[in-house]
Amino acid sequence: MSKDLTTRSTAWAASFEEEPSQVMVPPPALTALKPFGWAKDNLFNSRLNTALTLACLAILWFAVPPVVSWALVNATWLGTPEQCRAAEGACWSIIAAKHRPIFFGTYPYEEQWRPLLACALFLVALGVSAVRACWRPWLVGVWVGCLGLMGALMWGGVFGLTYVANDRWGGLPITLMLSVFAIALAFPLSVVLALGRQSGLPAIRSLCVGFIELMRGVPLVSVLFMASVMFPLFLPEGVTVDKLLRALAGLTMFTAAYLAEAVRGGLQAIPRGQYEAADALGLSYWQKMLLIILPQALRIVIPPIVNQFISCFKDTSLVTIVGLYDLLTAANLATTDPEWRPFFGEVYVFVGLIFWGFCYSMSRYSQWLERESNRYNRR
Amino acid sequence: MTNVTRFLNSAQVRGWFYQGLVVSAAALTGWYLVSNTLTNLAKRGVATGFDFLGREAGFEIGESLLAYSAADTYLKAFAVGLLNTLAVSAAAVVLASVLGLLVGVGRLSSNWMVGRFATVYVESVRNVPLLLQLIVWYAIIGRLPSPRTAPELLPNLFLSNRGIKYPTLADPGSHTPTLLALAAGIAATVVLVRWARRRRETTGKPFPTLPAAAALVLGLPLAAFLLNGAPLALDAPVREGFDFAGGGTVSPEFTALFIGLSVYTAGFIAEIVRSGILAVPHGQTEAGLALGLKPGQVLRLIILPQALRVIVPPLTSQYLNLTKNSSLAVAIGYPDLVSVSNTSANQTGQVVEAVALMMAVYLVISLAISTYMNWYNRKLSLVTR
Repeated sequence: MSKDLTTRSTAWAASFEEEPSQVMVPPPALTALKPFGWAKDNLFNSRLNTALTLACLAILWFAVPPVVSWALVNATWLGTPEQCRAAEGACWSIIAAKHRPIFFGTYPYEEQWRPLLACALFLVALGVSAVRACWRPWLVGVWVGCLGLMGALMWGGVFGLTYVANDRWGGLPITLMLSVFAIALAFPLSVVLALGRQSGLPAIRSLCVGFIELMRGVPLVSVLFMASVMFPLFLPEGVTVDKLLRALAGLTMFTAAYLAEAVRGGLQAIPRGQYEAADALGLSYWQKMLLIILPQALRIVIPPIVNQFISCFKDTSLVTIVGLYDLLTAANLATTDPEWRPFFGEVYVFVGLIFWGFCYSMSRYSQWLERESNRYNRR
Repeated sequence: MTNVTRFLNSAQVRGWFYQGLVVSAAALTGWYLVSNTLTNLAKRGVATGFDFLGREAGFEIGESLLAYSAADTYLKAFAVGLLNTLAVSAAAVVLASVLGLLVGVGRLSSNWMVGRFATVYVESVRNVPLLLQLIVWYAIIGRLPSPRTAPELLPNLFLSNRGIKYPTLADPGSHTPTLLALAAGIAATVVLVRWARRRRETTGKPFPTLPAAAALVLGLPLAAFLLNGAPLALDAPVREGFDFAGGGTVSPEFTALFIGLSVYTAGFIAEIVRSGILAVPHGQTEAGLALGLKPGQVLRLIILPQALRVIVPPLTSQYLNLTKNSSLAVAIGYPDLVSVSNTSANQTGQVVEAVALMMAVYLVISLAISTYMNWYNRKLSLVTR
């Protein structure tokens, strides 16, 4: 008990920075050396922490060597399936052998530079949009041009490119396109839904609330099933909508409902005085919203929008359930080759790393953005 | 003239006009879609309505909490699917909460290494699609040793590629007194907690509620069990040929889904717990200590109630997400609601009804959980004058 009290009081005293604390300087011993002192403070500062540190070290001791020897030391990098079978470690050769079906699915082999170029274009556009200085109206133009060019590349039929029907598309381009189109189309819809939910007109409000709560209450899988199985029944005879577009429609509706809640948060964060000032100036509803409220509200919701984009990106993997060839499905199909069949684990690790890379960098970006916008708001 | 202008410019009139416009547009769209659907269904010769629920389902379901056979009705099949969904969700909610709490506290730990471990866990689990994680877990379980060589984790508890085998009680009837004692213990604890709180509020005297509650909830059943002659006959699983005989089974699908959902959701819960704890100012801890409370009391009486206020709303949506994510079961073949409704839709052709039923059930679950959590949240929220 007394020991506890002293540690507590030293911590309390240490919180006053000005106070000269000669008494508490530890004797210059081994702990005065920097790494030892650091380890004592951060790893062994109490009995419980010492036990926890030792437990963590034990986990590392038992986990790291086998993983390293499997993934690096004993791995086969560029070999045949026979060599892989003989080796004890991971078979990264399957990635070398199958990277094209993993990335591009069943897209015609000779034409696969087209989806590659499309993905590269896409990543450049994404990178440009991440830079704050580029948040100008021309960015929309860049995206429209980029998406047009990507469409031309993927479909072909123009500039002497052969036509490739979109049921042969697959892999990374599908994942990227579905997530970006879903978020881009969902955004305007979500703003309308959020405004409707905040509206004073009961009929409009209940329609919007109904849609948002319905979409948020059911799993994405069921929305995708609805889009892929029920949607054709909704249309008049003879009209068919492409499978990819139907999945996109489902994904968009689903994302819009979640985004609408984020936008609503932004709308609610705007002080009441802003609404009242706009009313006092005699602005109409749309003038008030477009000129005063939304520009402020949308700036607040940029980080949640990025987070929604991340989950949308992960959610695109569900389209595999309705039979579309996204990155995960393409990877799954690439492992059906009987020769390489035993090494499907490596393919999952590879695909997992790709997803992780995209999502992790986006989430770091969103955290940075949040800090940045907080700094911007402080005066 | 001015009257007409005023009438046209009145906010109320415009409001009614726009609402009328939107509602009639929505109604027209709805009618158009419904009439198209009816025409399409009539042309394909598919029946409409929910009559099919009373017919014989004719398909087997791999695992079921109810007694179910292919001769039962579609309605019963749906009930089995729903129960499977609820079972895996409930189990995963518990594990995810425990894991999430540990990892969330771990991220705030003063121990550098524990903090790193927790961060690596959260960042790797949250940034990989759940579907991929489920497939990987399922693949891992499929690669476990076969029953012949399966390891015995605890006595009579086997982990193999057939799932988890556990011992069951041989004679469930002999445990009725124990269960009754457990129920009595829980009821007595509720009464005791209420009484202790009232006494603390009126007299200020604390009562050691936790040990007393533990004695009631654990001690009473134990006493009943011992008095009953400790009937501990087990139906233990035994290796037999290529499989086990006896005991209970947790299927590989359930295990993979349970682990995958818990591990994934725990990453999100950890962040919620962390932000909840960080949201309580440090001054609260210091004030509690200054009042002479013990550290445990500070945590229980001061920190946790305030942190819970921040934690509960996002935690609710994580529980809801988990329940909805359990629909990914369809990818690894666990017979949940989605998979049953899919099979029914394929067999009867009544896609609209099957999907609508599935969505309605999820909607009801979501609304029920969020209603309960809203009530709980209101109970916790700050009572101001």
